[in-house]
Amino acid sequence: MGFIALLVVLALLVFWLIGAYNKLIGLKNQVANAWKQIDVQLKRRHDLIPNLVNTVKGAMQFERETLEAVVSARNKAIQVQQAPGTSVGQTAAAESQLTGALGRLLAVVESYPDLKATGNVAQLQEELTSTENKIAFARQLYNDTATQYNTKQQQFPTNLVAGMAGAAPAELWEITDQAERAVPNVDLSFGTPPRAAT
Amino acid sequence: MSDFESTNLFEQQDANRRRTRWLVVAFIAFFGWLGFGGDWILYELTRDAPPNAYRHVFPWAGIALTVFAGLLAAYAWKTGPNKVLWSAGAREIETASGDSETRLVNVVEEMAIASGLPRPRIWLIPDPDPNAFATGLDAEHAHIAVTDGLLAMCSRDELQAVIAHEMGHVKNLDVRLMTFLAALVGAVALMSDGVGRMLRGGARFGALTGGRSRGKRDNLGPLVVVLIAVWLLSWLIAPFVTRLLALGVSRKREFLADAMSAQFTRNPLALASALEKIEHAEAPTMSIKRGSAHLCIADPLGRKASLREGTLADIFGTHPPMAIRVARLKAMGYQEAKALSASA
Repeated sequence: MGFIALLVVLALLVFWLIGAYNKLIGLKNQVANAWKQIDVQLKRRHDLIPNLVNTVKGAMQFERETLEAVVSARNKAIQVQQAPGTSVGQTAAAESQLTGALGRLLAVVESYPDLKATGNVAQLQEELTSTENKIAFARQLYNDTATQYNTKQQQFPTNLVAGMAGAAPAELWEITDQAERAVPNVDLSFGTPPRAAT
Repeated sequence: MSDFESTNLFEQQDANRRRTRWLVVAFIAFFGWLGFGGDWILYELTRDAPPNAYRHVFPWAGIALTVFAGLLAAYAWKTGPNKVLWSAGAREIETASGDSETRLVNVVEEMAIASGLPRPRIWLIPDPDPNAFATGLDAEHAHIAVTDGLLAMCSRDELQAVIAHEMGHVKNLDVRLMTFLAALVGAVALMSDGVGRMLRGGARFGALTGGRSRGKRDNLGPLVVVLIAVWLLSWLIAPFVTRLLALGVSRKREFLADAMSAQFTRNPLALASALEKIEHAEAPTMSIKRGSAHLCIADPLGRKASLREGTLADIFGTHPPMAIRVARLKAMGYQEAKALSASA
């Protein structure tokens, strides 16, 4: 009798172990996938910018600085994206620079009504708005999934399996732009962990 | 109403999921009783039969009803999505032409990213009344259809919120759930008709042979008599009860999709203002048929029930009263603003 009870308890334990392990692996892959989505959208954004710059360049002779800021921020962002082993934080910082430069450019475009009226610019603006939104939503999904993954790793009793599943906290995409957020940077990642999406 | 206390969008999602679960459990339990209850009665009736007479040990009735409903569900799953789109006169947008179509495609792509799902196929319905619906049994075969009126009336943010609501339906597999429940409702309605006919026939038969069977009927235990009475009564009210339960599930899924929209856009107020615009557009959506009403963002028939809060609206609507939906969305928006200002 006692032996059977022991067997049952053992079997339950093994089932739980498998479940918890698979849950963690599933979440890890979801985080990686969410990161890939961001990557795709960032690439779209980088590809869109030369198009935009060429379109507005002619009409904006006097705004060379603004345009150059966008171009250099874009080139830097591409470098960061293509460098191996970049952390989420580095990508976030580079992209936030680009967001700022693009925002200034769009604000300037607003003050050129003739430029805005041309169909090409209106289309580009919609594309840019959509791309910016896509980046924001991909980031939101990544942060949500990563938070879920991190919480699961720390929760008892799943934390007992975390080591076995090779689970390490995923770094969140913090918004570093001071204009976007004025709260102290809370580091949820405890030190400098590897990026989850590798 | 305790719903108003939990205004956080994730709490609202959980609450609505729990409520759906209970409704579906109640639905399936009632359905099981309609079929297997009959088997139980037959078993009790034939238990003391002589050894060579028929004994009802295998639950044929319950299995037959389940198989019947299963066939209906399979048929609806196969043909449903295409039929809905076809009957609405929808046209698929394969390559966007024009600013408003480009914007629609972009918005759908954005919401597909926010929900982490593949991009659904996009359809346009030539109807000036603003409305939208989602169909397709899973996220890989999902369709989202919107009317011309919706594109014309909504701002980009509002359109985004409406599409996010539909992506919420897609993510929650609501089309599958509602098609399944509709098949059960249909099976019960058809069978109930049959049982009613049988009862009328049986009464005539009983009157003719009443004299002879009297002696046998006295032997029936009280349990069997009660079982038969309750079972027959259940069949009488079954079409009504199953429909009410299905409508109850539908309303919970609408609340859930609203909360999903808030999660995807993080902008519940945009959906609130879109819903208000849709509600104030007067005409009913002519091109969307009654059968697909539960798939839409707002009741396409514009039935008065969705306008105000009340017992009637609570029981008979495919959608919750608009005022409550808007109030909950605004509460979510308020919570969000509060959380933001607290952390700043």
